[in-house]
Amino acid sequence: MTLYLLCLILFCIGLYGVLRKRNLVKIIIGLGIVEYSMNLFFILLGYRFSGRAPIDAQNQNILNMVDPLPQALVLTSIVIGLGVTALVISIAVRIYEKYGTFDITKIKRLKG
Amino acid sequence: MQDNPKTGMSLIVKTITRLTVGLILLFGIYIVLHGHLSPGGGFAGGVIIALSFVHLMLAFGKDIAVSKVSKNLASNLESLGALMFLGIALIGFLGGSFFLNILNKGKPFQLFSAGTIPLSNIAISLKVGVGLFAIFLALVILEGTKKEK
Amino acid sequence: MPNTNFIPWFVIIPLFNAFLISLIGKVLKRAVSVLSILSCLSLLIISFYGLNVLRISSQSALVYKIGGWVPPFGICMVLDGLSGFMLITVNLIAFFVLVYSLQYMEKYTDKPKFFTLFFLMLTGMNGIIVTGDLFNLFVFLEIASIASYALVAFGTEAEELEASFKYAVMGSVASSFIFIGIAFLYGFTSTLNMADMARILSLKPNTWLIPFVSVLFLMGFGLKASLVPFHAWLPDAHPSAPASISAMLSGVLIKTLGIYAIARVFFNIIGITKAFLSVLMFLGALSLLVGVILALSQWDLKRLLAYHSISQVGYIVLGIGIGSPLGILGGLFHLFNHSVFKSLLFLNSGAIDYAVGTRDLREMSGLKERMPVTANTNLIASMSIAGIPPFNGFFSKLIIILACLQKGYFGYALVAVVGSILTLSSFMKVEKFAFFGKLNERCRDIKEVPYLMRFSLIGLAIICVLGGLLLLPSIKFFLNGAVDVLLQGKGYAKIVLEAASK
Repeated sequence: MTLYLLCLILFCIGLYGVLRKRNLVKIIIGLGIVEYSMNLFFILLGYRFSGRAPIDAQNQNILNMVDPLPQALVLTSIVIGLGVTALVISIAVRIYEKYGTFDITKIKRLKG
Repeated sequence: MQDNPKTGMSLIVKTITRLTVGLILLFGIYIVLHGHLSPGGGFAGGVIIALSFVHLMLAFGKDIAVSKVSKNLASNLESLGALMFLGIALIGFLGGSFFLNILNKGKPFQLFSAGTIPLSNIAISLKVGVGLFAIFLALVILEGTKKEK
Repeated sequence: MPNTNFIPWFVIIPLFNAFLISLIGKVLKRAVSVLSILSCLSLLIISFYGLNVLRISSQSALVYKIGGWVPPFGICMVLDGLSGFMLITVNLIAFFVLVYSLQYMEKYTDKPKFFTLFFLMLTGMNGIIVTGDLFNLFVFLEIASIASYALVAFGTEAEELEASFKYAVMGSVASSFIFIGIAFLYGFTSTLNMADMARILSLKPNTWLIPFVSVLFLMGFGLKASLVPFHAWLPDAHPSAPASISAMLSGVLIKTLGIYAIARVFFNIIGITKAFLSVLMFLGALSLLVGVILALSQWDLKRLLAYHSISQVGYIVLGIGIGSPLGILGGLFHLFNHSVFKSLLFLNSGAIDYAVGTRDLREMSGLKERMPVTANTNLIASMSIAGIPPFNGFFSKLIIILACLQKGYFGYALVAVVGSILTLSSFMKVEKFAFFGKLNERCRDIKEVPYLMRFSLIGLAIICVLGGLLLLPSIKFFLNGAVDVLLQGKGYAKIVLEAASK
């Protein structure tokens, strides 16, 4: 139970980064922390008591493994996070070229 | 690979890189091919293959890495990897449904077993590896054109 | 058991097309246009064929098992009334927008990459509609979202990049809320198949988990659908995209990723309660008012249209939130109508941009003499969105207001009428400033847009005019199938599991 609460605290730290930081790159880092904390939470959901890694091996009779389905889903989610991070970083680099600053309080041409 | 003292890192890094780049590539290919037996598979192996090219680019500078895998080749290989994966999924239509595993499944825990899964692993590793390297290439080339202005 | 082998092709055709165009795009330019038109046309034909197969078969849902694995062990694709309705909407709009953008994108560089991203977005949307598995829905949602982040930044001007960054960060946070919701549901029911999850959720006792997951999903999907208070990305992102992508985003993306997902997850899987329906109605009415009031002061044409998107999505959510058969019929009919006339409005603004070069309403006037096709189709679309008979917008808005009155929600009906009046005033402003009046100096030598763009505009305008005929009893099947799926709620589980085990 404490592990789930720690994951939630990590999520909140990442969300604080997205909401309150002024530098574009720090916002991207906060977004990354949010995504990793969710992946961690999902894997922790699959834990079974006294289970071992869900890999089948030759000539071994294995009785309890942890749940392998969340591990496959989290693999997909990590790839999605990689894609979004790559896209957002290239947009941030181009924004620096056009505006000359990384500060979001100065990147405010769209209003109203 | 020639040593141009103006670009890239110091001599020690370049010497070690010449030794380890091939090993990293080989390790990545091992993880891809044994994807149905041990953890790893297409995505993890693809990332390691991309890392070997990135290692080359970091140590020697942009030009040597671009001469090995240029921008056009990266773009084409990436689309080819995706089309290969879709083709493997479509072959399942011959057996009855989409994505069906129709090749010979062999005995478990052997290297040549589990039907179409190793082939999908290879296709995915191609796409992911080349794609990740293309992202690095795009960011580095952008930096290069900005400094020239 | 009817033949359901056509269902995976909704995902295969655009995915194959996207990567093929990326491969051969620079070398064979004519082949790119021919290939894209052929694939969109075939998608449209398959969606009509699919709805026909559904209509003449005895079951109410067609299930296709991927790889032969029986659910809940495998992923299945489900085509029922709601999916068929959404598929036709999405593919119809995609076809017209594609024909339009073949000539509109001459003004931008790098056409092959545009078509790759466009078809990836179409893959994502078709995948969301057709899938029967909750995590598969999340994966396709991410594919469509990432493609749309890249498409909003396509022109790479300074303001487009800023809008795309804002949209990408907010969209990623929303996707992470959806992911946490899926994680909680998986931990509670230990399955990911939609039908199986619905069956298990009705057996387990009601705990604090279900309202918690409902709020998480409402936050996540609500941002994708741009309900107020999650609407802040839309007025920046939709004007910055190229006009054909604005038409796709406003026309189909916010409805597929937002409203279809809310309807599927809440009506069929979790089950609705009166409290949740009242929350939906409140958010819908709030979006109605906020969207239309903020649109009154806009002078940028596309930004005005984007604020109206927020307001019309509020109409749809209000209609679906009423919960009675008439209300859901009104909401879904308005979904179809809004896709048609909002895409037409955005394509018209793109035509004005193509010919004149500006989007500001104060700098143009009297375009009616030089651009007759654009002016007439814009008049038809404006009358549709304002709700003037006999165009299609009138019928759907009337049904929503009647459903409000039938259930006794007089306040909401008044809000809907006020919103309609303010919409009419906004569009009278657009018509006056852009089309009527004396011809402006700088617009003296503009010409009408090329023929392919005119084809899309006229095609969509014809559907606007004939849209009211969808309520005739002989073709009302199109809407009734979708309404029945939402009304039967958790009965979806029994139907799908039965059809899958055959």
